[in-house]
Amino acid sequence: MSEPISRRDFMKASVYFVGGIVGAAVGIPAVGYLIEPALGGGGKEAWIPIGKMEDMPEIGKPYPFSFTRVQVNGWERTATSKGGFVIRKSENPEDILILDSRCTHLGCTVNWKEDERVFLCPCHDASFDAEGAVIDGPPPRPLDRHAEFRVTEDGILEIFYSEA
Amino acid sequence: MWKKIFAWLDERLGLNDLQKNLLERPEPKGNWWNTLGSASLFLFILQGATGIFLTVYYTPSPDHAYDSITYIMNDVAFGWLIRGIHHWGATLMVLVVFIHMLRVFVTASYKYPRELTWIIGIGLLIATLGMGFTGYLLPWNQRAFWATTVGTEIAGAVPFIGEFILKALRGGTDLSALTLQRFFSGHIWMLPLVLAGLIGAHLYLIIRHGESHWPTKED
Repeated sequence: MSEPISRRDFMKASVYFVGGIVGAAVGIPAVGYLIEPALGGGGKEAWIPIGKMEDMPEIGKPYPFSFTRVQVNGWERTATSKGGFVIRKSENPEDILILDSRCTHLGCTVNWKEDERVFLCPCHDASFDAEGAVIDGPPPRPLDRHAEFRVTEDGILEIFYSEA
Repeated sequence: MWKKIFAWLDERLGLNDLQKNLLERPEPKGNWWNTLGSASLFLFILQGATGIFLTVYYTPSPDHAYDSITYIMNDVAFGWLIRGIHHWGATLMVLVVFIHMLRVFVTASYKYPRELTWIIGIGLLIATLGMGFTGYLLPWNQRAFWATTVGTEIAGAVPFIGEFILKALRGGTDLSALTLQRFFSGHIWMLPLVLAGLIGAHLYLIIRHGESHWPTKED
């Protein structure tokens, strides 16, 4: 047998033990309740039609496209707008560049400025060239590209989209 | 090290004096009936804590109120528990406050020098009932809607100014989004502030006067 535990130490240990259980019984529900929406969600994938190839004839011109994704957030369905630009690099319908219009800095939407031939972000004056590379401003990387795309038999361009 | 930190804080905040005056007050004679005030205070804090958590998801709008509560009950982790505590705690608080008042009445504790404590206590009772009344509407279901229709109609029965009171409570002639919004504001801001202020005064007076003596045969 080891040293007999003193009455005082036994009380101390009991108080810590019971206190710990009570703390967990209050703390776990409280934290779980607050972080619930942060868990799960996302992961949905789909092929999304963004336009007809015949409507985008010019080479080197960014054609804007947009689509909406509907998500159930809590008790409500929320439609979020997404978009980007399609740029033909040659006559070959497979030889295209699809840029996402979401600025890589902090997520604002960039606009194409034809006279300067740049994508401008209105939030922090970032600019990207027609290939999506950063010219000026704070973005850490070029505009994201939708690398996975296909042209259907009817000539409709589709991109593969997966939620973060 | 902790001793040093405590000494530094104590020198500036007077923690030891606080403990002596607040927690080591003489307890004249232990009696369970005398714990109902503390029980009411605990329930007030519990309602405050669970209520704050409910506002994370609850939306006071006719379009969303009911759906947001359904979401809390069915989808949020432990939402059923937090709303359940708030729901039953509300009923329990009215009950405990009432029994507390009954005890003070029966033991004649409201007499000199504690008249003000009693009067403030009446304010606390009314504010607690107000919390129950305003909170009842927030789920925006049939029961809530008609209970508030009836409740505001009763307030409207006051002679001369009844119609004005009814319109002021409803924010118009009928129950609407304005009613829900002002009941919500009253429920989470105005009445809790009134309650907190009155509780502060109530507690100060209790600490100042101590507990009343339990009546004896001679009384």
